[in-house]
Amino acid sequence: MSHDHIDVSYVAKLARLDLTEEEVKTFQSQLEAILGHVESLTALELPDDLNLDANDHLAMMRDDNPLPSLPSELVLQNAPDQAQNQIRVPKVVADA
Amino acid sequence: MTLTALRQQFLNGETTPAKALEDLAEKIKTRDETTKAFISYDLERSLEIATKADISKPLGGLPIAIKDNINTFGQPCTCGSKFLENSYVSPYDATVITKLLDAGAIPFGRTNMDEFAMGSATENSAIQLTRNPRDPERIAGGSSGGSAAAVADGTAFAALGSDTGGSIRQPASHCGVVGLKPTYGRVSRYGLVAFASSLDQIGPLTLSVDDSALILQAIAGHDPRDTTSLDSPVPDYSATINNGVDGLTLGIPEEYFSEGIHSGVRENVEKCIQRLESQGATILPISLPYTAHVVATYYVIAPAEASSNLSRFDGIRYGNRSKDASDIIDVYHQSREAGFGPEVKRRIILGTYVLSSGYYDAFYTRAQRVRKLITRDFIQAFKKVDAIISPVTPTPARRIGACAGDPLQDYLSDIFTIGANLAGIPAISVPCGTTAFDGSPALPVGVQILAPHLGEQMLLRVAKAAEQQPLR
Repeated sequence: MSHDHIDVSYVAKLARLDLTEEEVKTFQSQLEAILGHVESLTALELPDDLNLDANDHLAMMRDDNPLPSLPSELVLQNAPDQAQNQIRVPKVVADA
Repeated sequence: MTLTALRQQFLNGETTPAKALEDLAEKIKTRDETTKAFISYDLERSLEIATKADISKPLGGLPIAIKDNINTFGQPCTCGSKFLENSYVSPYDATVITKLLDAGAIPFGRTNMDEFAMGSATENSAIQLTRNPRDPERIAGGSSGGSAAAVADGTAFAALGSDTGGSIRQPASHCGVVGLKPTYGRVSRYGLVAFASSLDQIGPLTLSVDDSALILQAIAGHDPRDTTSLDSPVPDYSATINNGVDGLTLGIPEEYFSEGIHSGVRENVEKCIQRLESQGATILPISLPYTAHVVATYYVIAPAEASSNLSRFDGIRYGNRSKDASDIIDVYHQSREAGFGPEVKRRIILGTYVLSSGYYDAFYTRAQRVRKLITRDFIQAFKKVDAIISPVTPTPARRIGACAGDPLQDYLSDIFTIGANLAGIPAISVPCGTTAFDGSPALPVGVQILAPHLGEQMLLRVAKAAEQQPLR
């Protein structure tokens, strides 16, 4: 599998990252080198005597009892913008 | 001075917690001008705790520096990042902080780190560069470089760090202090800003193995707020620490003593092994065949988990939000672009890529399977040996800036520490000597000891036997 064409701009967009042109260029070569190294995993022969997909960590559950969480005033202390005891953000839904 | 010695001074009435704190603050003012281990410290607040300290408690009155990714109520928690700098104050205590306070300790000082714990040099901190107190032209190691440097420099008696791929052990080795990564799940991660959730662990950096046991005793234990926390009793870590290595079998993995190791590192580690043998240990060569794949496995899994964990930094609820965003999506893009440094961006992109459609099975699923094989290597080895001995790093601390532009080179130097994180086993770095390297006459060298899951008693016992006098 070739990774010469990892589309850094596209993957960055998936991760909600705006990159400068310089960053795209720098990361392109660096990530290709890193992927070249990790690619060795894809060629590795895995033994079939082991259940390698077994999930050792079962989801831990607790009883559905409400417990205290952070008070609103403490949470809002860190909010970049707030109003009416809520975090204020730019418009999420476009106007009709 | 070790924590144990300071505690004795409190009990003898030679000094008080408040005086010890004030003396420490004075040292920070002078020595930290160069080392820059501390991002911030709040003397007034810590003195309030100190004046009420109960010195009869296990850590009564003892100041402990905290890596700046561990939430402490009312304190900044920058994670070494512009994203959180001057914009986030912890609204709660991490479980480890609650436990330290319950044991009587005083959290004092927020230590520098690679941004969001991503790095092996503390060069990736967006706040400041931490220098190695042994040679200021050298890295302190990372990502817990500030914690290791503070303990080595005498501006902290002990510190907490976090270890995802070696970030406690490697800076401990480079700075000549003791650094312990517990078994995965032994210490609660609640309140630790997550980097890679299946790998992260909090642990102590100290001047002595006894101090390491003292802190681990206080912070270990089940926490219902961390679902990965092990519900397993915490033994008395000091009970067997002086039992020595007579009768034990110590494994030496051939893959960890390859050609790429600096001769001074090899010599010091081998001398340590000889000392342990002279104390009655049997030395047994072993093999960990999947060692060649640990770096590749880690650099798929860790960035993948990081890309998920760091999606919470979106500029909405906390952190620095960009001012010029036109809509909500723009807030995410611009805040993250401005807030994250290059290494963090690189790892988020790498992680997003290996989790993306078309590549998920080839990379992420694959790496998880190889991880099980790496873990199996250790489990098989521990059927024959009580503990494993290895170098911590292939070389002593490199020069600051030596890997600029070549992140892969730094990644490859994590080869000896990563295995313990992937397998979830406990590991410790203990100073074992110094060596000349690249123009510096005497840089610290650490020896790594690894033990089975929940084998911290064995780990500390072997570490104590390997320990020599502290460098300071």
